[in-house]
Amino acid sequence: MSTAITANHGVLPHGGAHEHEHHDDGSKTLLGFWIYLMSDCLIFSGLFATFAVLGHATAGGPSGKELFDLKFVFGETMLLLISSFTFGLAMLNMHAGKRGKVIAWLFVTFLFGAGFVGMEVYEFHHLIVFEHAGPSRSAFLSAYFGLVGTHGLHVTSGLIWLVTMMVMVGKFGLTDAVQRRLSCLSLFWHFLDLVWICVFSFVYLFGVL
Amino acid sequence: MSSQHGHSDAHQHSAHGSLKSYTVGFALSLILTLLSFGCVMSGAVPQHLVVPGIVVFCVAQLLVQLAFFLHMSAAPGQRDNLSIGVFTLLIIAIVVVGSLWVMHNMNLYMMHPMMQSTSSSIG
Repeated sequence: MSTAITANHGVLPHGGAHEHEHHDDGSKTLLGFWIYLMSDCLIFSGLFATFAVLGHATAGGPSGKELFDLKFVFGETMLLLISSFTFGLAMLNMHAGKRGKVIAWLFVTFLFGAGFVGMEVYEFHHLIVFEHAGPSRSAFLSAYFGLVGTHGLHVTSGLIWLVTMMVMVGKFGLTDAVQRRLSCLSLFWHFLDLVWICVFSFVYLFGVL
Repeated sequence: MSSQHGHSDAHQHSAHGSLKSYTVGFALSLILTLLSFGCVMSGAVPQHLVVPGIVVFCVAQLLVQLAFFLHMSAAPGQRDNLSIGVFTLLIIAIVVVGSLWVMHNMNLYMMHPMMQSTSSSIG
């Protein structure tokens, strides 16, 4: 019965679309976004594989042991982890329908995320300018900047998306469309934290061994 | 505001956690992160246990965050996500393990004899 309904759905006259819209809970959008995230995962797996292969190819240049400062990386990790938690709080408030609190927690998330990106930019600047260990120094450093830089770019686009969503929540309120977009951003933001766990484990912690 | 509240019922199908689940997830992540860094920074862990330690804590934290932050589960509404995720995991394993395997073999069979022959010719 239900398959017949969905099969017929494509040929329903336009009037039927309204009912469909009402029942659309965004689960298809979320599934599609999840598939995008998994393809993003594949990009990262390629970069991780590259780093794993080239991790020791320092070409006589500095190795991870000489370059990485674990206390600094621990700070970055904390910022991203806390931002993941505060985003969770924003989502809880979204489900509770508290518009002001959603914007407030999104703003807190933005601050922690921006702090993370700031620390990473400082780290890269320090490596390139003071340590003379830019991406062109060795295969190890190319792979390092490629992997960590791609993650950093993802977080940066997440920050832009966060600002967009704060404006949207402020302007339109917590409509279905806004909630759907926030759910996607939530997946994206938590996913970036997952990637970072692999980065600090396999790049930084393994790097200093 | 109250009209928005009605909408949240429509989202019941997808588990979206509670303050408790987020707090538990956050606390577990914090502990696992500290353990990971502690493994390397404290110097108290025996050398041969450091690498397995980092891997175990990494995988554990990935699972914790998947469960508590991304709400992955085997629940009917989540099964599509889960199967896509497991498939992705398979591809990742092929890409990463395959790359390491191929490059390891290449280093073993192509680099070493050459280096040995040069070093033996020098010696």
